[in-house]
Amino acid sequence: MRFMVIVKATPETEKEGALPDPQLLLDMGKYNEELSKAGVLLALDGLHPSSKGARVKISGKSRTVIDGPFTEAKELIAGFSILQVKSLEEAIEWVKRAPNCNPAGDSEVEIRQIFEMEDLAPILSEEQIQHKVAKRAELPLQTANK
Amino acid sequence: MSATDPHLALHRTIEAVWRIESARVIAGLTRLTRDVGLAEDLAQEALVAALEQWPQSGVPDNPAAWLTATAKRRAIDLFRRNAVAERKHEELARELQALEQTSPDHDSTLDSTISDDLLRLVFIACHPILPTESRAALTLRLLGGLNPSEIARAFLTPEPTIAQRIVRAKRTLADKHIPFEVPRGPELAARLSSVLEVIYLIFNEGYSATTGDDLMRPTLCEDALRLGRILAELTPTEPEVHGLVALMEIQASRTRARITSAGEPVLLFDQNRTQWDQLLIHRGLTAIERAHKINTARGPYLLQAEIAACHARASTPSETDWPRIVTLYTELAQLIPSPVIELNRAVAISMVHGPQAGLTLVDAVAFEPSLARYHLLPSVRADLLYKLGRHPEARAEFQRAAALTRNTRERDLLLTRAASCETDPTNP
Repeated sequence: MRFMVIVKATPETEKEGALPDPQLLLDMGKYNEELSKAGVLLALDGLHPSSKGARVKISGKSRTVIDGPFTEAKELIAGFSILQVKSLEEAIEWVKRAPNCNPAGDSEVEIRQIFEMEDLAPILSEEQIQHKVAKRAELPLQTANK
Repeated sequence: MSATDPHLALHRTIEAVWRIESARVIAGLTRLTRDVGLAEDLAQEALVAALEQWPQSGVPDNPAAWLTATAKRRAIDLFRRNAVAERKHEELARELQALEQTSPDHDSTLDSTISDDLLRLVFIACHPILPTESRAALTLRLLGGLNPSEIARAFLTPEPTIAQRIVRAKRTLADKHIPFEVPRGPELAARLSSVLEVIYLIFNEGYSATTGDDLMRPTLCEDALRLGRILAELTPTEPEVHGLVALMEIQASRTRARITSAGEPVLLFDQNRTQWDQLLIHRGLTAIERAHKINTARGPYLLQAEIAACHARASTPSETDWPRIVTLYTELAQLIPSPVIELNRAVAISMVHGPQAGLTLVDAVAFEPSLARYHLLPSVRADLLYKLGRHPEARAEFQRAAALTRNTRERDLLLTRAASCETDPTNP
């Protein structure tokens, strides 16, 4: 299962032209390398401050564009990663090992599960399941054309 | 028990810690004890101790160090007990000294030592002296952190069978004195190919599952991918490792599209390509690039990954780069000659040079005994004959293919195509 790990913005990350502290960059690099080596990190990216972004408000048929920056820092995000792990608990364990993105103060990371096919699949009857178990051995044996 | 039960929550946390740490703990203990079976038993005892003690003491700051230290204390106790019975004192003294001098703190251990130990663990779990299914079970056990019941569910095999396989495998490794080391020189290529085979076997075991009940089985693809990604970081200079990772990433990208909501398989050309997972495709293409940067030689996994990439890059089947696929299949057929690869190559050639060229190739392998009950052979032949306007022959081949497949959806499709040969106005 996959989780999106959302790093919340702080006044630091929202500062115009602000670049992260070099030590923090090193620590984050080391941490991300650890995630990669464990085979759990699928993607990650950091975000510019909200002053470089925009919002589009959708209301009925109208679309209103609101330029950044946005003020409510707690609701903003500064980066995200996507982890593929066995459980929410495993995602939590990994996130607990992350360095503090805001060494001078607090920072918050939110972990949200990504919808997978099986979450959306209809609930199957036992009979349907048996039918499909019998079928699984019958898929065409192709090499790379699967 | 509810999901908010604190005892259950802690249990799940310990399970998660175990999943993250067990391979490194077992690898480190194997280096110390020189016995992978003993190392795993000791690590298990440490896990049991964690389950007993952490509810009172809380999860330690460095759980891996705690697990390793606990297991090492048990190893020392065990060696002392055994010494009285049989072992030479000198040997024991050396082992004890080695054990006591190693630091339990992971941070103070060099990262490269941990990586080396992990890689040794990969090689010993996939040792060719073990039967393939034992290698797969042992790899999931030692490196994936899965317990026998999870492995049993994944392989649709009774749990006692899996447990026995693991016990036997560990005993074989001990009896044959298989060293805990990374093979060097000419041996490396053969041993690495055994490792790749095991990981791909695990992946395919999950990937061939078409069923919605088998929520465990897509997870098996994830386990294989995780093992592959770990291996790619441990052996970054091996192009075939990146090739295998690429192949698995790209195949996994189609998971959503290759099964209908009712659980029926959907063939590649009929898949809704907008459902393909672009993140996994991107990861697959990146892995191919990594392999290319190492050297220009292409092994079987990299070739298959590149074929898969040709499909991944085409947003519709008609945009597929068939000439490139022909080249790749030709190279693949030279490396690992097989009638199934030849059949795939024939399809690719028919897309470039027309149905007659494809049919000539198909007919060249038509009497291969290994294809005698392979429904794709008549199915491919039928399709080519149909395109050539040889409808009565096409009808007979569609019917033969329908009789060979045990997949009802595919059978229906083949019979429909057979019927269309009969009603075709050009062929009264």
